[in-house]
This record gives sequence, structure tokens and C-alpha cells, in this order.
Amino acid sequence: MMRRGVAEAGRGLPTIERGMPAPAGTGLSRRSFLLRTGGLALSVYGAGLLGPKAFGEGIARAAGAADSKVLVSVFLDGGIDALSLLSPVEDPTYRRLRPKLAMDPAAGPAWTEDPRLHWHPSASPLHQLHQEGKVTVFPAIGYTDADQSHFTSRHYWEVGELSTKTNTGWLGRMLDIVGTPDNPLQGVSLDGTLSPSLATARVPVAATWGARYDLWAPGVWGDVEDLMFDAFGRIGAGAQRGKDKQMKEAGRVVGQSNTLRTQLSSFGDEIQSPVAYPDDDHFSESLAGLAAMLAAGLPITVASVDAPGRFDTHDEQREDLAEDLAATCDGLLAFQRDLEARGLADRVVTLVWSEFGRRPEENDSAGTDHGAGGNAFLIGSPVRGQMVGEWPGLDTLDEDDNLRSTSDFRALYCGLIEQWFGVDAGQVIPNAASFQRAALIG
Amino acid sequence: MSLPVYQGRFGTAQAERLLWRAGFGPRPGEAQKLARKGLKRAVLSLTRPKGKAKLRGPTPRDDDGLPLAPADAWGHDLLWWLDRMVRSDQPLVERMALSWHDWFATADVGQAQLNLDQNQLFRRRALGSFADLLADVTVDPAMLIWLSGNENTAEGPNENYAREMMELFTLGAGNGYTETDVREQARALTGWTNDWDEDLGSVNFRFDQELHDTGTKRIFGKSGNYDWRDSCRLCLEHPAHAGYFVTKLWSYFIPKPPSKKTLRDLKKLYKRRKYAIRPVVEAILLHPELHTGPRMVKPPIVQIAGMLRGRKSGITTDAWTWIADDAGQRLFRPPNVSGWDETRWLDTARLGGRWTAAGQSTDLDSADDDDYDAKETPKQALEAALRFWGKPTVSDRTRRELLQFCSRVEKVATEEWQQQSYRALRQNALRILIASSPDYMTA
Repeated sequence: MMRRGVAEAGRGLPTIERGMPAPAGTGLSRRSFLLRTGGLALSVYGAGLLGPKAFGEGIARAAGAADSKVLVSVFLDGGIDALSLLSPVEDPTYRRLRPKLAMDPAAGPAWTEDPRLHWHPSASPLHQLHQEGKVTVFPAIGYTDADQSHFTSRHYWEVGELSTKTNTGWLGRMLDIVGTPDNPLQGVSLDGTLSPSLATARVPVAATWGARYDLWAPGVWGDVEDLMFDAFGRIGAGAQRGKDKQMKEAGRVVGQSNTLRTQLSSFGDEIQSPVAYPDDDHFSESLAGLAAMLAAGLPITVASVDAPGRFDTHDEQREDLAEDLAATCDGLLAFQRDLEARGLADRVVTLVWSEFGRRPEENDSAGTDHGAGGNAFLIGSPVRGQMVGEWPGLDTLDEDDNLRSTSDFRALYCGLIEQWFGVDAGQVIPNAASFQRAALIG
Repeated sequence: MSLPVYQGRFGTAQAERLLWRAGFGPRPGEAQKLARKGLKRAVLSLTRPKGKAKLRGPTPRDDDGLPLAPADAWGHDLLWWLDRMVRSDQPLVERMALSWHDWFATADVGQAQLNLDQNQLFRRRALGSFADLLADVTVDPAMLIWLSGNENTAEGPNENYAREMMELFTLGAGNGYTETDVREQARALTGWTNDWDEDLGSVNFRFDQELHDTGTKRIFGKSGNYDWRDSCRLCLEHPAHAGYFVTKLWSYFIPKPPSKKTLRDLKKLYKRRKYAIRPVVEAILLHPELHTGPRMVKPPIVQIAGMLRGRKSGITTDAWTWIADDAGQRLFRPPNVSGWDETRWLDTARLGGRWTAAGQSTDLDSADDDDYDAKETPKQALEAALRFWGKPTVSDRTRRELLQFCSRVEKVATEEWQQQSYRALRQNALRILIASSPDYMTA
């Protein structure tokens, strides 16, 4: 059943339990204050029987040792066109396949590791960071026989294997090993709902969206308002005691909402960043908030956020791509500078990925269709800054006329798990031994 | 073969569920009336409406008291459709149109009128033949723009529609087709185009033989000089289609997938009736699983329309557009081509939107503390608040909590002036609590 199949491919989420929402615990005013300063409205996933108090304590305990490594996962939704991001501007085959869309050789700087390729002008922040040795480029990453469905291919990347049945994310499984049962902040999605990459089997993880959470109750105030919210929480709790699955779920969300409201309704501090972010879009706000949370000592191990825009450029690619890519890269550069200014840069690595690249031959709509090999980037002061897998060229494409992959996303995952987190990748990625690791860090 | 039919009691509560699943909930008294028909006649009254739909109740107005301008004013497209959901006497037709909007999810293509035209197509084909629906959607201008069908030519094929047609509309991801099939389907679908007018935008959508690839295509192992009609037909005749269709259709009405036997019988029915939608919908609405199975979370826009129906109220404000967006379902703006993800109707953010919807309805007609009954008892208060929403059923558990809340308010109302004032506030609070309860959010 494919409607469900789609949800499943994109989800991992609904199969795990959504638990209590709230980390800020009683008697932990400092931590809860910090949570609030981070503008952090939490929905906790996979919480089991633990309540807000346990989370508050768990977070505080974990925060005591908050100098651990952090991975930020940034998803470019829709399949970004690798041949525009790093384009072989002089290649005659490229110019033949891309009569309308080929990039101008003079527009962007050459990529020093393979000067046949030039950066998209919107990606010049990446060029800048690369020059500083802070970007590892995967010029053609993917997997053999790439699936060209957005939903399926994205699911593979999310779960870290070529299986539509898996319902835990690769980062979730890693958190199941390195995480604790009472710290939902260890894996946090910044887009409001949990990223399937973070779906765990054992430990709780969380999702947040921006700052405040309030419920508007016109014509109700004072004592009656207090009693109303009290009743709201009780009704939610009551429904959770019933038998009906959907009523229980609705009751759980009512309970979460009421707790969130209690914790965050009166709070309105803005995040103070030491550097300027390019725009006030959600992506930049999320990254700025994340840096502030890390600076405040919150025990985050993995965070995920979607890049702004949609990269599924079937038409009008030139304009759409330039705009969304600029918003993405400007935000990423500001984030790196923010981390540097806050003294956090040695702790944080950012992975930028997309579900596939696009077809080398442009379509007739000034756009490109779904392809195979694409781009990924590891950004941060700790990264090695040396490309992984060479650029395969356009003269031998795969059987679907798509770019071949010269590195596998599962190899990248194995490398990160081992070199960044010091965990045996065999416990996380199926058939880990079969993937050749490149040096990613240091 | 025979599909099972629910044989249990069909009273007000059952009729209420049916009206929420197959429409937008009851107007006051409607569930009782439907229950009196008995299940079969009740279902047929929904699936076989006679003549043109009639819109009952006050005509919609925006914040300035002006008529709606769905093709021009921000958010009025949603208001226009929401109004039909609230006022039509053929609710299942609107509900099916909503399902097709999700099934063939098309977002804003930059010309609202094209999206509105597509919406009329969903209404016109709501319960007819899926073959006709698919054919019409394939060459519908909004869809041609949305999935690049108008840019798919023999010279420059574009696979966008071909892929989603199989993956999302007829077969299911990877369900018996290959990448070659995607490309060959794209070739078969070539030939649709339109003109661009400086003032009007995209106009004159048409099939142009010159742009069509007349060569032989090989699709699902068969060869022929296929065109877009063949492309649709081949999808429908594909062995995976019937199962995909009935399972997906079922999921709009019943949260638990059908049993193997039911699935088999629904497939047979669908094939025997040559892709007719109505008989399958009737079989689903009569099925015991709908009436005895678990409750289902109401899609946000269904809940909002139902609140207005319960209130016998019409559209009087633009606010419904952003409220529906907050609640997670802005009509004409599905998140992507696979439609809304119904497994995510409820989270803390979206619940906030539903709460706002309840607050909005209450605010438009709030209890006034100047002339409120200072002696109203808890029971009277609750009955009044339930009446406000057209007497929805609530569980005993929730009812107890609501009554307890009522008593508590009386305990804190110690001053004389509070007797009246607090009872008015209590009435407003009760209304919000009822419409944000797990009972009301599910059916």
C-alpha cells in the first residue's frame, strides 16, 4: 500500500513512540532557563515511561560532560544538481548535455582539488571554507543502481541501508549505542518533527521548532484560565488511559502541548549571536539557535535541519537553484563562524547531503530530471578537507545515463561513526565491513 | 465473493462517525436523522446524491464583509472550498474531492484559477470512473504545469509526470515497473503544451501532434506507438493497479489496512465494475471495520469544516486560512506531490492550530459576562457548551473531567461579581476544551 509506503519510506518516525515532551525539570531551574533561552520547545520521542523530571535530570547530568562531539545533518530536499554545484565548465560533453543550463566558466571559482570543476557562485561560502581546509567534498556520492524515487532514495540515506523495511535511522541507531535513556536532547530535529534519520529504537530523541509555544484562549482569563488548562491536561491524561489507539495518541499530544505551554508560554528571549546570519529564515534561525544551545552546554550529540527551499529543479533550475543554494551556503558559513566565535568549532562537524544528484542531460524545460551520483560535504574545523572519491566525468555514465558514484554514502556513515564518534560502525550500518572508509577527520 | 456488511446497531453515535468519515461531521440533528434511515439507506444517501449540490446557510464573506475572490485574494481559495465543505448538501462529494486533492496532490501553480479548475474536476469526477479521473488529471492544466507535462516533448522528454503517475497515482513505488518504463511512459505522454500570454499567464493548453514522440515505445513489456491515453490505460491494466487503488482508497476512510480477503474482494469488485469508484466507496462505508474498528484522527480541515457545520455557521473571516495552515492542512498547498502525511496530523505544533480553531469559533460568538446566568449549574454549563458545537458525543471520562472543571470554577468564584462573570468565562473555556479534546479530534 503505497500511500503508507510513502509515509514509511519517509518516516521511521511513526513506528516509535512519541513520549512526554518536556526536558526542563523541577528543581533544575538553571537548565530549564537555558532550555528556554535556547528557545527550545521540545517534543520528545521514544520516551518510554520517563517524565519531564527525569529528562530534566538526565539533561543536566549529560550537560555536566558537555564537551562531546556533535554532528549536524543538513538535508537538501529534492535532489540537488551536482553538475551545477560543482560544474565541469569547460567539458564539451557537459556543454552539449546542458545547452541552456551549463554554468558560465567565469561565474564561480575553480575547485582547487580538481580545477576542471567550478563552484556555483551561490556556493562561494563553501569555496571560502574549503580554502581554509574546512570542507571535505564528495564529488560523486551515492550507491549502485540508484533508486530515482525521492521518497525511496531519501529513505535509504536516512536509514543507512538499501532497505525499505528499516524503521530506525542510522543516527538513531548510533544514539542507541552512545546515548542515555533520559536525555532526549542527544538527538534533536530543528524542523518541528523528528527527522527519520534520528529515529531510535531505545533512547529518546526530540524535535523542536523555534521559540515560544502558547495557546490562545479568547474570553477566558485569570483563575478560570488556570483551571481550564488544568482540565486540558487531565482530559489528555484520561484519554491515554483508554483503549482506543488514536484516542491515546491524541491524549498524548494534548498532554505534551499542555506541558510545553506551561514551560514556554511566558518566555520570550531572543537568541544573541556573535556573528550576523544572512537572513531571518528558519534555516538560519535554527542554526543560530543550535549554536546558542551548544554554547549553553546543552547535551546535543546529533542535530538535523532541512536546508531552505526545494532542490527538485525540473524546470527553471537556474533561478531556483541559485536562490536556495545561496540561502543554504550563506547560513552554513555564518554557522561555522558562529561556532568559531563561541569556541565550539572543534566539537562540531556538519554533514550536507541530498537524496540523489540529477540527470546530466538537461530536459527541455530548462530543468533536470532525477539522477544518481550527487554531492555531499563535510564541513567543520575538524574535517580533513580532502576530497573522497574522484569526479567520474561525463563520458562514461551509468546505464540510466546518470553520473556514476565514486563513493558510497554508507562508507561515509561508517567513517563518521568510527572517526568522529569512536563507535564500531558494524553495530550501526549493516555490512559495514564491505565499505571502504576514507580518512574524514583530522 | 461477498464483502461483509456491518450488522450491528446503527444509532446516532454510528451515524455521527459515518458523517465524519464520509463528510465533515453532522449539522445539529443530522446524525439522528441519518440513523433513522438505517445503515444501507444512510450510506446510499451519501454516495448517490441526486442532482446538483445545494449550498445551505449564509454565503461566505471575508473580514471586510465582501464576497470571496478565490482566484485573486490571498487565502480565498481555501475559504471558497471550506465554504463548500460547510454548506454543501452532498458532503461525500466534497470529501472525495479532498481525497483526490491529496491523491493527485498539486500545489499552487502560480495561477489560482487553474488550481480551482482542477478542484472542479475532482468534484465532477468524485465518484465516477477512476479511468476518466486519471485521464482528466493527466491533461489538466494545473497538473501539466505542476509535474512538467506541458514541457514534455519528443525532442526533450521530461519524466516528472510519468514517474509520479506510476509511483503515486496508480501503482506504488517500484511496484512492477522499471526506470525504462518511466522513460518510455514519458515518451508516450509527450505532446502537451500551452502558450504564454503576458497578461493572462499560461493559456491555450492543448495536444500538439508535432511535439509528440510517434516512435514505438516499450512499456511493461509491451510495444506500440503509444500516446498519453495508452499511457493511462497501461497503468490501469497493470496487475498492481487494482490492489494499489483499493488499499489507498480504503486508507482515507479506515485507519487499519484491509484484511487479505477484503482486499481481494475489493479488487475483484473494482475490476468487475471497470474502475468505477462509487461501488468501492460503498463497500468501504458498509464494511464492519469502519463501524467497529478504532477511531481515526480527523484531518485538520475536516475538523474545521465540521466545527462550522456544528455551529450552523458560515465563513465570516479570512482567519481560517492561516488557522488551517497552523493546524497542518492548507488546501491548495499540499506539502509535496505525495500529499499530506496522515500519520502526522497530530503533534504539539498542529494541535496548537486546532486549539486556535476552537478559540476562533468561540471568539466569534463568545459568552458575554454582562448578562450571563449567575446560577447556571455545572451540568447546565456543559449541556450549553455541547449544544454550542451541535451536541457532539464525548466519552464519559472526558465528560467527568469537564464537569469537575465546572465545579472547580464555582469554588474559586467567591466574590459576588464573579458568580456571573466566571460562569461566562467557564462557558467559553468549556467550548474550547470540548473542541480540543481527544474525543473531538477523532471519530
